[in-house]
Amino acid sequence: MTWTPDKPIISIKDVRKSFGAVEVLKGVSLDVMKGEVICIIGPSGSGKSTLIRCINALNDIQSGSITVEGQEVHDPKLDKLELRKKVGMVFQQYNLFPHKTALQNVMMAPVKVLRQPKAEVEARARALLRKVRLEGKENSYPGELSGGQQQRVAIARSLAMNPDVMLFDEVTAALDPETVKEVLVTIRDLAAEGMTCVLVTHEMGFAREIADHVYFTDRGVIVEHAPPREFFEHPKDPRTRAFLSQVL
Amino acid sequence: MEQFFTWLYQEQGINLTIGYDSYDRGLFLAGIWMTVKLSVLSVLFSLVIGALGAWIQGSPSALMRGLVGAFIAFFRNTPPLVQLYFFYFAVGTVLRHTGENGLPQPLVSGFGWAVISLSLFAGSLNVEIFRSGIEAVPRATVEAASALGFNRLQTYLHVVLPLALRISLPSLGTNLVNLVKTTSLAYAIAVPEVLYVSAQIWSDQLNVREMMNVVLLTYIVLVAVLVWGLHRWEKSMRIPGFGT
Ligand SMILES: Nc1ncnc2c1ncn2[C@@H]1O[C@H](COP(=O)(O)OP(=O)(O)OP(=O)(O)O)[C@@H](O)[C@H]1O
Ligand SMILES: [Mg+2]
Repeated sequence: MTWTPDKPIISIKDVRKSFGAVEVLKGVSLDVMKGEVICIIGPSGSGKSTLIRCINALNDIQSGSITVEGQEVHDPKLDKLELRKKVGMVFQQYNLFPHKTALQNVMMAPVKVLRQPKAEVEARARALLRKVRLEGKENSYPGELSGGQQQRVAIARSLAMNPDVMLFDEVTAALDPETVKEVLVTIRDLAAEGMTCVLVTHEMGFAREIADHVYFTDRGVIVEHAPPREFFEHPKDPRTRAFLSQVL
Repeated sequence: MEQFFTWLYQEQGINLTIGYDSYDRGLFLAGIWMTVKLSVLSVLFSLVIGALGAWIQGSPSALMRGLVGAFIAFFRNTPPLVQLYFFYFAVGTVLRHTGENGLPQPLVSGFGWAVISLSLFAGSLNVEIFRSGIEAVPRATVEAASALGFNRLQTYLHVVLPLALRISLPSLGTNLVNLVKTTSLAYAIAVPEVLYVSAQIWSDQLNVREMMNVVLLTYIVLVAVLVWGLHRWEKSMRIPGFGT
């Protein structure tokens, strides 16, 4: 089965996932079309991180199916590298390589994993750092950068693999309020360029502004989903209303 | 120079033949060189063994992990001198080939066995040292590498090992210093290293007291050089804004 852009780029069907005896995802389904931005919101522990970690096979699943560009992610024969070239991921805690400079962090995967020529990768990496507004920080080590700057390096590092989809897991949750904005601007630029994005976020204003579709999760299920206007103005489920009244 | 050592002997009774006798001096310098070779080779191989063993200990195969565990237990729980004898006398007498004169010849020299034995001994300790360093590398950092498409080996070589090495360096240094001191065991299988040649000199010249001091001083200098090298290494690996 070959994938064409009129089909969902990510398709999640009835996914169940347990850690030991605890079922964390209890039958989750959602589709993402190419170029779409979807936001996942929900209370702590509801399974948001687990869900997006399943998309790039950082977590395995017990049943159901997840495909990216038509390819089953949890097929044991899957070439993980092929998947990870398509799906970039940025974490809450940035997780940069502390022993490498910003530029080296961005260059490392294309050079070591894809074995692309160094000079070419370096030019691209510099351009990416410019794009995330970090010109002049190329030779700084992660320990010398602020949280917001590190997070933008992490975004550039993911982009260096030329992914088709970007996953963001609460990438602003660990940041100071002043630096949250600079990271959100970066993500907004990406979305504007047509990058398919799946964001887990606590920034309701941002979700409302940027998302094509908002999903609300609670205790391992998707309670409700809708376009942002509808979602925030006319939430249907009482659980969604309760959650929104707490965070808004 | 030679006049000074001759004077030292004749006027003060301190008989440092290596100072005025060119044969003894040549012998002694060759001994130092041998100790340096033993040390450098064993340090390098023990580091490779340590890194390799720690890598295998993280492997999904229980069999491989078990083998490394047994290797560590064997080398950590038996005396290095006995290990050396085991390789030289037990393994060494099996590994023979027929020489040109028709007599059996050892495949590996005493020097070779000393390097092998010392590398395995120190390497087994390095495995554990690296492993505790690896455990201190945050899981999240490893995960970020997987998310970027790094496979297990690439993650190990480019992310885990460089970070683990920095964490392990203090204990690694202690073990490597011990390794340099342990090269003197090669004396027991007649590898002409510093202690061995010194014993040759003192049994000819009857200057045990003088040579003992020279031997101790030599090790102090060798260890100082190693410690200095380790410091340089640590400095060159220091990450701005990381750790301290
Ligand atoms: N590796 C793991 N082992 C065991 N349980 C886990 C593991 N990871 C997550 N869980 C559990 O799964 C549940 C969902 O966790 P998850 O991290 O997906 O929640 P979340 O919605 O991202 O929450 P938060 O907003 O706090 O990040 C939690 O109850 C958590 O304790
Ligand atoms: Mg989470």
